[in-house]
Amino acid sequence: MEILSKVHAKNLIKWAKDKLEALVLSADLTSSTEIDLFRDAYPDRFISFGVAEQNMMSFAGGLAREGFIPLVHTFAVFIYRRAYDQIAMSIAYPNLPVRMFGFLPGITTPGGATHQAVEDIAIMRSLPNMTILECGDATDVETVLDAAHSVNGPVYIRMLRGEIPRLFDKSEPMILGKARILSRGNDITILSSGICTEEAMRAVEALKKHGISITHLHISTLKPFNDSSVLEALSANKYGVITMENHTIVGGLGSIAAEKMAEAGLPNKLLRIGLKDTYLHGASREYLMKEYGFDAMALIREIEKIVDTRFGITEDDLKKAHLEQVNSDAKAEAL
Amino acid sequence: MKKDINKRIKEAAKGIRRRVLEHTINNNGGYLSQACSSSEMLSAMYLKIMNLWPVESPIMPPLFTAVPSAHNYSYTTGAMFNGPKAPHLDRFFLSPSQYSLVLYAALIETGRMHEKGLEQFNRDGSTVEMIGAEHSPGMEIMTGSLGHGLSQAGGIAMARRLKRETGRVWVFMSDGEFQIGQTWEAMQTLSFYKLDNIGIYVDVNGYQCDGKMSKVMNIEPLKKRLESFGARVFEVDGHNIDALTAPARLKPAGKPLVVLAYTSPYRGINILKEKAPKFHYIRFKDEKEKKRYKSFLEDF
Repeated sequence: MEILSKVHAKNLIKWAKDKLEALVLSADLTSSTEIDLFRDAYPDRFISFGVAEQNMMSFAGGLAREGFIPLVHTFAVFIYRRAYDQIAMSIAYPNLPVRMFGFLPGITTPGGATHQAVEDIAIMRSLPNMTILECGDATDVETVLDAAHSVNGPVYIRMLRGEIPRLFDKSEPMILGKARILSRGNDITILSSGICTEEAMRAVEALKKHGISITHLHISTLKPFNDSSVLEALSANKYGVITMENHTIVGGLGSIAAEKMAEAGLPNKLLRIGLKDTYLHGASREYLMKEYGFDAMALIREIEKIVDTRFGITEDDLKKAHLEQVNSDAKAEAL
Repeated sequence: MKKDINKRIKEAAKGIRRRVLEHTINNNGGYLSQACSSSEMLSAMYLKIMNLWPVESPIMPPLFTAVPSAHNYSYTTGAMFNGPKAPHLDRFFLSPSQYSLVLYAALIETGRMHEKGLEQFNRDGSTVEMIGAEHSPGMEIMTGSLGHGLSQAGGIAMARRLKRETGRVWVFMSDGEFQIGQTWEAMQTLSFYKLDNIGIYVDVNGYQCDGKMSKVMNIEPLKKRLESFGARVFEVDGHNIDALTAPARLKPAGKPLVVLAYTSPYRGINILKEKAPKFHYIRFKDEKEKKRYKSFLEDF
């Protein structure tokens, strides 16, 4: 599998080159949010605010009202927890095209509880006018700017940084409101988002060998949530639906699926994998995913319970499950 | 000429107090002390300090239609009461929306809002809201949550400088907002970026919801605090028109301008003094008290 580094940093300067209305706003996390190359390339369009997120958000609203496109960069946790009132009133209410890039969502931060954005989707989703996107691989990161740019209103983005795998074909961009169909099957439907998609792909790969037929969708648009292929997948399964997210199961992807299924009157069972209404502590991503039960093995164990069969899949089997780049459904050689 | 305009400002200020007093009596409640403290400030801003284009004729506030959304991009704000927007013209932002009633009265007195517009105050379906929103007359951004106004206006001032617009950005603030962290975040940003196209008029009436500010949470010495944040600060008598207008005539000098207008919350309506220290929202305790204000209004 291809691993890329500083994807956003390089992509942003290309993307913003001719978009003179695009300004980058930073709150003292310029290198950590990969906007250092932008700062060096276009210093006149880079605005440093220091550690002052509330002011930065209201400033962004003011800049957007005058025709600029502020691209706000900081850690996800400091966007919604520190500046919620300002986002609600200076940005979301007037439906302004401010893009908020939330880095290190959920357990992707090396920091502890103070740095872990675990309820950001729940909070931001309840704001009227807000669009929410989440990146799951390098292709998502490379194309999320265009997806966000197609929205004439505020967008919150759960972003990835550093070394990122390419799971999806480079030529298949993230499309606003469109899920990626990674696998089709009749037994179980899995909706995954963000870094959980890679875990789910490993699990699906291993489960297929045991004859389990799975529909697996990668969700990059969490709000609005009205992709017909997703709604169809929620109903078309023998055993039910599983959601998997790097977020609390309260108010995130699992809750969204529950709302949609209830509204559609679906009788299917829903299992939500994610953080079970708890805070976490600081540790590595692998450790936390295992400890809090939302890695590939956790998904396999849940599916074993659902189909009432033990497959004997081990961590070693998963390590061997080599992930090729996945082509989308639109391609002839689709999975 | 100067004498004429100062006379007009004084008359407008008196008119604002009269309208807000009348409203407070008719509705048995209102933001009356804010009118007492800021009438000269708002009159002077609209009639002398700010370079705003006049409106063709006093505007009747439109009824509320819908909030901004993906289904409503044709949304308009209350900025139309401040005249058309142009690169060389100034802009006005009211930060404490609790002053909305005073602003509406000021718009009437300066020929920008139809006087019948005030009858829609706080009525269901009206844009003349008690705590104004951006669709309310004279308003353009969301500022009811205190401390948000200066940062948004700062963003607009920065954007105007990027676009090389020459018009200035004027912000009306209350002294209570200097208890808020975001205000100081905004001040440090304005001075860091040398945004001297922004001018801030602060109504320092010394009172807030809970009473006298020095008892609730002290903000003094405000001038020194602001100067240490890099602002160009003037302390003036907020009821003296020449004193209020002088700082705005100075050539911008690389720093945000702050005019601390020291005012009295019962200026022009002396019987209000007995309400001390509760000036934030005036309500009459009985008919007898209301009558006293009524007779005061008749002699006004």
